[in-house]
Amino acid sequence: MAIKTRRLRDIPLALAMLGPSLLVLLTFVLYPLGKAVWLGQQTCDVQGKNCKSVGWGQYTTVIKSDQFQHALWVTIKFALITVPIGLALGVGLAVLADKQLRGMRFFRTIFSSTIATSVAVASLMWLFLLQPSVGVLANLGWLRDIFPVIKEPGLLKDSGTALWSVGISSIWANLGFTFILVTAGLQSVPKEMHESAYVDGAGGWMRFTNITLPLISPTLLFTTVVLTSRAFQAYGEMDLLTNGGPIPQDSTTTVTYLIYGSSSIIKNNDGLQAAVAVLLFVILLALSALQFRGFGKRVHYGS
Amino acid sequence: MALDTAPKGWRSFARYSMLTIVALFILFPVYTTVIAALKPGNKVLDNPLVPDAFTLDVLKDAWTQGRLGRYLMNTTVVALIITSVQLVTSIASAYAFSFLKFPMKRLIFGIFLSTMLVPLEVTLVVNRRTIDSLGWLNSFQGLTIPFVATAFGTFLLRQVFMQIPPDLREAAQMDGLGHWGFMKEVAIPLVRPTLGALGLFSFLSSWNQYLWPSLITTEDDMNTLQTGLRLLASSDLDKPNLIMAGTIIAAVPILIVLVVFQKQLVRGLTAGAVKG
Repeated sequence: MAIKTRRLRDIPLALAMLGPSLLVLLTFVLYPLGKAVWLGQQTCDVQGKNCKSVGWGQYTTVIKSDQFQHALWVTIKFALITVPIGLALGVGLAVLADKQLRGMRFFRTIFSSTIATSVAVASLMWLFLLQPSVGVLANLGWLRDIFPVIKEPGLLKDSGTALWSVGISSIWANLGFTFILVTAGLQSVPKEMHESAYVDGAGGWMRFTNITLPLISPTLLFTTVVLTSRAFQAYGEMDLLTNGGPIPQDSTTTVTYLIYGSSSIIKNNDGLQAAVAVLLFVILLALSALQFRGFGKRVHYGS
Repeated sequence: MALDTAPKGWRSFARYSMLTIVALFILFPVYTTVIAALKPGNKVLDNPLVPDAFTLDVLKDAWTQGRLGRYLMNTTVVALIITSVQLVTSIASAYAFSFLKFPMKRLIFGIFLSTMLVPLEVTLVVNRRTIDSLGWLNSFQGLTIPFVATAFGTFLLRQVFMQIPPDLREAAQMDGLGHWGFMKEVAIPLVRPTLGALGLFSFLSSWNQYLWPSLITTEDDMNTLQTGLRLLASSDLDKPNLIMAGTIIAAVPILIVLVVFQKQLVRGLTAGAVKG
């Protein structure tokens, strides 16, 4: 009986302590998710009011539409550009800087520095490099002569180079984050393992692939998952650098840009925006499940 | 003998050369930004790589005409509110999950955890409608309240709280130490390092928010640094030096914060990567 009363005695306090968080999470995370699922089968006027159900077929219509499939393909390409290159560069830099040498702190600070750039700051720095009229590269005569595309139509305005250009800006912006994570992972690798392998005659590359990589695999998995979900949610880069363009190919209209972009075809249609957002949720969920299952077995968590 | 004592001769020379080349590549966009921000408008397009003119007027213009001063204040207010309230709500809910007894605890904890699976981008379509119907467009409430609670923070702190042996809580209770006292004397001191990491993490993410403020801000007075830069870039593309001065003003404060709180940064970023 005493236990029972103790269980109940804590209730008011628990309510007071959990209440605010619960209210916020329900109102701004779970309710909007449920509501978005519902809104996805509705159509509203341009103000987003007077919504009417048009049936769950709207989801199928979206999935089958050229615009959604195109945006999904652009997103996948964007992830395939940014994640492997970003990860490889991050690992390369971290290994390069993982030595007790004079001045290494200085280099580490530089390699981490892009973590201080928000998406707006990073994108505008790259806009100033790549923009065809006022940009730095376009105003370097010799470079422009070798690569005329820099000036005409401009790297961000050519449908062949736009996505790559946005991708490079994004890789640069995420490099500090990747570098910091991988460096932390490398520092947890016991030095003795390298030493005994060295004594056994293992070369640098062998020690890297047989000791370092397996031991930092949890870090690599985590970094891959975060970079992939960032790539799938990237928005600011497209908004500032290309506006989803160049048109008419919409070469940089990713799924997130399709939902929120100011020049998106569905920007005034809350129902379709909600439907695409729900589909994005399902895709992201499936993707992280897949990554954890696929790599999970090969990840070495130590003993 | 340790392997990592400085290798002699050309090996370390090769490493330093590579480090330097990579560092120059990474700093290149920063370099061109700084050069442009310190040049007067008529000089900015010729020799974009050479600092052949110098003025601080552009930075001043960005601060006043470009209204970066105002945006900086808005962003600071938003980031500080979100961070501090997030810390309080996270401590409170983590404490409740760890030390209080109440019905449906597992279910409620499950609800908390499930919110971590929902990406921001999915909820904002509806959140914009909610904020609109509350009359909170162009307001600090709209910019902050959706983010003042976090399952991530709750989860992180609860993991540390769970390391406190239940006997300790019971002994404290015997000694007449109530929940408030226990929290102040035992629980919070234990999570202090985690609080630092969590605080920096939420400060950084709220400072960098881009999509949400751009969805609910239409009045210039409520722009944050990120949406303000967006406005500057769309209205003054013919003045690249002004835009670059703006990016510098937006980047320097957070750079200083990160340098001061380096330790917390690494802890905060790796918090999700711990094994388990």
